[in-house]
Amino acid sequence: MKNIAFALALTALVPAAQAVEYTQVQADKSAIAFVYKQMGVSVDGKFKKFSSQLNFDPAKPSAAKATFDVELASVDTGAPEGDQEVAGKPWFNTKAFPTAKFVSGTVKPLGGNKYEVAGQLSIKGKTQDVVVPATFTAQGNTGVFDGSFVIRRADFSIGEGSWAKFDIVANDVQIKFRITASSK
Amino acid sequence: MESAHYTGTAKALHWVMAALLFGLLALGFYMHDLPLSPEKLQLYSWHKWAGVTAFLLVLFRLLWRITHRPPALPETMPKIMQFAAHAGHLALYGLMFAIPLSGWLMSSAKGFQTVWFGVLPIPDLLDKNKELGDLLQTVHMGLNLLFVAVLLGHIGAALKHHFIDKDDILIRMAPRHAKEK
Repeated sequence: MKNIAFALALTALVPAAQAVEYTQVQADKSAIAFVYKQMGVSVDGKFKKFSSQLNFDPAKPSAAKATFDVELASVDTGAPEGDQEVAGKPWFNTKAFPTAKFVSGTVKPLGGNKYEVAGQLSIKGKTQDVVVPATFTAQGNTGVFDGSFVIRRADFSIGEGSWAKFDIVANDVQIKFRITASSK
Repeated sequence: MESAHYTGTAKALHWVMAALLFGLLALGFYMHDLPLSPEKLQLYSWHKWAGVTAFLLVLFRLLWRITHRPPALPETMPKIMQFAAHAGHLALYGLMFAIPLSGWLMSSAKGFQTVWFGVLPIPDLLDKNKELGDLLQTVHMGLNLLFVAVLLGHIGAALKHHFIDKDDILIRMAPRHAKEK
């Protein structure tokens, strides 16, 4: 009996899931954060403002597309003087390069709720290929993407001059994201 | 009759901590106004490492003080001055305990964990909270200003005892005295 009920529930769910395409990013339930190391100490930061376009249908992951524009001046490094500092020329130089952009390329399903999103990340006039692992969890007509990846700040000339050495602020910066999107 | 001088351990703790705390005070007052730079972050880390060290030393020192009665104050001292001396020492111990604690809490509240010598993470006792972090910064600063005031009284009193009262108050804390035991 239980098996039949389970099978029925599955058949009821699957077509519904296939019909759902997640396109509306809910800014208030989404976050782009980062973790950097300062003399061996992990410090959390985040970006308060970003915009995005998203098309994701779990039934057709390879057709998925995502674009993120992160407003770099909205950075929260954890300290006001840090926010001011990283907006400046040696770091993001937000006057000349106000946004960081991520554009997805191929999306590879890895089985289960895991995906691998290849894409291009552009910061401060430099573009790098990145591979972003992400999980997707559907809750009704909203879905949550979670993931993290590591970039090297030197690849984007983030932190030049006296900051260029990695003894105080490490080269590796972990980018963490949680994107909540709903279907129309 | 109890010995009229402090134990070697008490003297060592006194002078090592005196040097450490003067360094910490000077570094703290110097670094907090600096513009952000790699050097500033380095100095902050060093200050926090030294602060953790001072905190551990003062814990040991409090334990030592509780288990070893210090030599009595001279009989010739007026009661009111004896009271002032005890109150001053109590204040010094209290501040030596409260100042590193407030720095530790401030670091936690500001979201910058303390990692002793970059190796041993000190647990964060508070969650990140900007308002609380700013408040604790004011507390840390205020306690240090108070500490400087009490220290000036401490040093001034020691010098008065030595040069004006001509008693052994300063000498019995001097390192060479240990050898004369």
